[in-house]
Amino acid sequence: MAERSFKKEVQQLRIPAGQEFRGEGILAITKALLQSGVGYVGGYQGSPISHLMDVLADANEILQELDVHFETSASEATAAAMLAASVMYPIRGAVTWKSTVGTNVASDALANLASGGVTGGALIIIGEDYGEGSSIMQERSHAFAMKSQMWLLDPRPNLESIVQSVEDGFELSEASNTPVMLQVRIRSCHVHGRFITKENKRPRYTLKQALENPVRDTSRIVLPPASFAHEHEKIQQRWPAAVKFIREKKLNEFFDGDFKDIGLILQGGLYNGVIRALQLLGLADSYGNSRIPMYVMNVTYPVIDEEVVQFCEGKRAVLMLEEGQPDYIEQNLHAILRKAGVATHLSGKDVLPMAGEYTTAAMRAGIEAFLKAHQPDALATHEAVAADEVAEAAVAPVPKAKPAAVPITFHPKVKALADVVPPRPAGFCVGCPERPIFAAMKLAQADLGEHHVSCDIGCHLFSILPPFNLGATTMGYGLGAASSSAFNVKTGKRSISVMGDGGFWHNGLTSGIANAVFNKNDGVIVIVDNYYSSATGGQDIPSSRADNPDRSTKNPIEAAIKGAGVKWVRTIDRTYDVARMRDTLEEALTTTTDGPKVIIAQSECMLNRQRREKPIFTKKVKAGERAVKERFGVDPDVCTGDHACIRLSGCPSLSVKDSGDPLKEDPVAHVDSGCVGCGNCGEVAEAAVLCPSFYRADIIHNPTGGDRFIAKIRSAVIGWLQRRRAARLAQYAL
Amino acid sequence: MSNIVLHPGTPIKIAILAMGGQGGGVLADWIVEMAEHAGWWAQTTSVPGVAQRTGATIYYLELLPEAAAKAAGKPPTLAMMPTPGDVDLVVAAELMEAGRAMQRGLVAPDRTTLITSTHRSYSVTEKAALGNGIGDPNKVLDAGREAAKRVLAFDLQALAEKAGSVISASLFGAIAGSGALPFGREAFEETIRSSGKGVEPSLRAFALGFEAASKAPEVPAAIDTSRPAPVVPDRVANPEVQKLLDKVKAEFPPVAHGMLVAGLRRLIDYQDVAYAAEYLQKCGELRALDERNGGEAKGWALTQAAAHRVAVAMSYDDVIRVADLKTRGSRFERVKKEVGAKADQLVYTTEFMHPRLEEICGTLPAGLGRWLENSKGIGGFVKRKMEHGRRVRTGTLTWFLALYALAGMRRFRRSLLRHQIETAQQKDWLERVVRLVGKGDYDLAVETLHCRRIVKGYSGTHDRGDKRFAALMKAADELAGRPQAAVTLHQLLEAAMADEQGRQLDAQLGMLLKGNLTAGNQLARQAA
Repeated sequence: MAERSFKKEVQQLRIPAGQEFRGEGILAITKALLQSGVGYVGGYQGSPISHLMDVLADANEILQELDVHFETSASEATAAAMLAASVMYPIRGAVTWKSTVGTNVASDALANLASGGVTGGALIIIGEDYGEGSSIMQERSHAFAMKSQMWLLDPRPNLESIVQSVEDGFELSEASNTPVMLQVRIRSCHVHGRFITKENKRPRYTLKQALENPVRDTSRIVLPPASFAHEHEKIQQRWPAAVKFIREKKLNEFFDGDFKDIGLILQGGLYNGVIRALQLLGLADSYGNSRIPMYVMNVTYPVIDEEVVQFCEGKRAVLMLEEGQPDYIEQNLHAILRKAGVATHLSGKDVLPMAGEYTTAAMRAGIEAFLKAHQPDALATHEAVAADEVAEAAVAPVPKAKPAAVPITFHPKVKALADVVPPRPAGFCVGCPERPIFAAMKLAQADLGEHHVSCDIGCHLFSILPPFNLGATTMGYGLGAASSSAFNVKTGKRSISVMGDGGFWHNGLTSGIANAVFNKNDGVIVIVDNYYSSATGGQDIPSSRADNPDRSTKNPIEAAIKGAGVKWVRTIDRTYDVARMRDTLEEALTTTTDGPKVIIAQSECMLNRQRREKPIFTKKVKAGERAVKERFGVDPDVCTGDHACIRLSGCPSLSVKDSGDPLKEDPVAHVDSGCVGCGNCGEVAEAAVLCPSFYRADIIHNPTGGDRFIAKIRSAVIGWLQRRRAARLAQYAL
Repeated sequence: MSNIVLHPGTPIKIAILAMGGQGGGVLADWIVEMAEHAGWWAQTTSVPGVAQRTGATIYYLELLPEAAAKAAGKPPTLAMMPTPGDVDLVVAAELMEAGRAMQRGLVAPDRTTLITSTHRSYSVTEKAALGNGIGDPNKVLDAGREAAKRVLAFDLQALAEKAGSVISASLFGAIAGSGALPFGREAFEETIRSSGKGVEPSLRAFALGFEAASKAPEVPAAIDTSRPAPVVPDRVANPEVQKLLDKVKAEFPPVAHGMLVAGLRRLIDYQDVAYAAEYLQKCGELRALDERNGGEAKGWALTQAAAHRVAVAMSYDDVIRVADLKTRGSRFERVKKEVGAKADQLVYTTEFMHPRLEEICGTLPAGLGRWLENSKGIGGFVKRKMEHGRRVRTGTLTWFLALYALAGMRRFRRSLLRHQIETAQQKDWLERVVRLVGKGDYDLAVETLHCRRIVKGYSGTHDRGDKRFAALMKAADELAGRPQAAVTLHQLLEAAMADEQGRQLDAQLGMLLKGNLTAGNQLARQAA
């Protein structure tokens, strides 16, 4: 069960041809796939294309109506290998993942795919997780296109261009027998925009037809001598075919401008930012009209030599805007211009940042520097946010102040904010079942000393951040255990590795568990099994407990681990039992049993659980049935404001508030209304022997007659005693 | 030269800063919906990243009249991210997020309307502090008054809760009420209605936000962060208590009255009137000492510190106290209110208790307690049998009666081991204070009183506080007679509260031993 349902939105995929579609980028991409007659789709979730996978899952009915096969691949390598269906058969296939991490995983299959080439169009939609909000290492996917010679599309970030490039991508792939990568940046995936739809198409050739009429062509298989021939074929046939197609179909765009002897060359994805930067310099309007000519590369690989030469000829200087490093395109342009004997000056990373995201501000500064050197009058003649036209505007322009040339971050009072504005790192959600695992790990370390902890990708990676501050490395999805493999030496302390259930099924079973068994690694491996691939939005995986009509779930991790040969396995089916969790960790760290010690820590992702259980609870209460809701609280007069509980929990609903007691100046702990009653607070307080201020309140909705009877007796006795004591105190009231 | 025509029309630019789960996306979608309905082009983007659970997210919107695009003959090209200095409306769903917006330069003095909720959602670093780690909210408003064209600041979270809704609805109302967008109230409300989810509560929250914004002052007032002073009554019913109150008023400087009354209140509640009288006696002695040593000129700092710290020290947190607080009728009512239980619902609480041998011994008569503590065999037996987590169901008769009886042991408290330990420690502490004042280290003595702040909590937390307190007392003795001794001791106290492991305190105490820690300059250098 994914975090967000697109059941309503996917109905937009049925919009008839010629109508306007309005919605999010990923939904538009799905529509574009259907309009292109795609035959099969696969992929692996991960921001920013998690929602694309969720949309496809929710659209399965529509996909089936069109004979389109969709599946959630086990990993990006699986997804890439899936494109093998387009090698021998004229079937269009598309896969998607988060890049560059997913492309790293997929690159073996991609390289093989690119070598043999494809018959049907093969499109790889990569969600480029680069710049602000990214959760991965900052690298470019561009290198993969170059090394395997696949074509890379980077369309302008509006829905019309993105949709068009999906369709173009398939055609380009087929015209050049080469897989095509379509790069969409984070913001493009989530942009709300509009485009005019076309009719959804059934695949020209179906998977069924292929299976019934198998084809085998050894010249397409990566085996010598065919593989040697492939390399030549890439250069002699596929590349020229691609260049021809790109030029004829005008995939790259030229925009005219007044300053004819200078120009800008840019990646399509940067277009909107460049226009805004020009606008802020008074050189463009809100509709893309620019005083400076532009060559927009919607295809960033291969670079089309002829187009570059054509654009640069007669120009004194051009500026290349290329995000990320190394500056592959800029280097390429230098070579092209030099070989062609074109004397145009080429600027790029000399005026723009070598590394990092190309924000509007960064590009404005770069363009300004370029113009200062090559066309200073362009800067002098125009006011910022120019509105040159005097024609009768249909609407009165909204009057507004000009943008500040320099934002006032230098003001002492704004600077002083650094003392109070706290960092807000991502953390575990309210009630997360992973929190007690790491609280237990902290407690175990308090008893047995600090240990080397290898982390992994997934929500559990938040254990690295405050308040847990655990973990030394993270080497890649599913590689938590593998990254402890060197510490396979006998000593007093064992390494601890953490892996999620998502990472486990992605590759951890082999790369981590089987590897540790085979190499007789003595370390401790904790597998966090929260029933979903939670970090990417709660998608099902083989060990999910959900009933999923389209997938086989409920395949236990424990069985897989035992099958791989692990002897010491402990399954904890309630991670909130902090004491048990701690004791099990301590046992794993001290036992004399050889080989890897694997602890499977299971509890359902609280986000998903709440989504599932809340409606059921509400329904029960509404029907008048007895239902008990649990919530936690803190007695403010018992709490002394040391916050040790928070240092072991970090739950967003466990906060602080003023004690209201003049004698207690430190704020006391406080559980806010977001509490879902997971019990972690109480368990931690108990296991760590903290303090008795936590309580769990069981709120009985619709109590039965029996409940009420007992409550009456209890409150008669308790109430009498309470009143007695209160009366004594009231006597001395001050 | 001009063959390119630049057309008029600049989009309205809006940035929404919210944390995961605050409904920033819903708010952005509402604005898009409303704008499109009114015939505008609307674009929104964000960098949510599904994994960014509690992190801060910026949603960015641009709106442009469709008629302008028609006139230009082209769809607009709108930016995907805010440019510093070029945003018309910044909406922050939490106060510190408004601060972050200013840090990022999104707020500009001549054009940006800044709407922020003043409520706080504390970050982990603020919450995890050993004392008070909360940032000063007024720094954000101070910066806002300089950085924005207009600041509208009020507790939109509280307004949303009042309406039984969520903050996105009250924020939407505040945007409407601010007049920062060219859409009428109707358009806003219609958007909520057509969303079809929780319409009524959303509209109520919207109305509250709208009203707050339309009545908002030009410049927002400072947030009151002061703590209310304790009320000092004129008369009380009980003659014995009245005597104590009279004594406070007659013998103590007015500046200490509030704290003394708070202290008396706490100790009567904790033990009895006689115990409170004992407290006042101790405070009276220190007041006399204060007077003899020029306390009046020092604002009675020693008396005030004593009134506060002695009360806390005397009401040490023991098992009896916990049992008492947990079984009170007022507590049962408070829990019901806090969990929002309705009249027809039943509420039972479960307490998480983990008594250790120390607590058990502490609750025994001093001699017996000591014997048990030192007896390996029986002590070990009790430890094994008793020391484990207990789920105490206070609402059941068995557990309630047990706790009630335990609370009733209050009358024997003075003879119990814990009391003996605490009293000895207090005596030692107050004697040190007297000694330091006698030596002319008035300020150091005041700081020595305040060091008691670190002793708090239960079990391990209490032991940790005790140890650090002892280290601070030793340091106070070392510092006696040195220049800047009080400032240094205060810095040591802060170091003691800087981290749980006590690394900072150890480091600074180490420097003190080596003679390197002389007052502020050394520390200042270190901090720099």
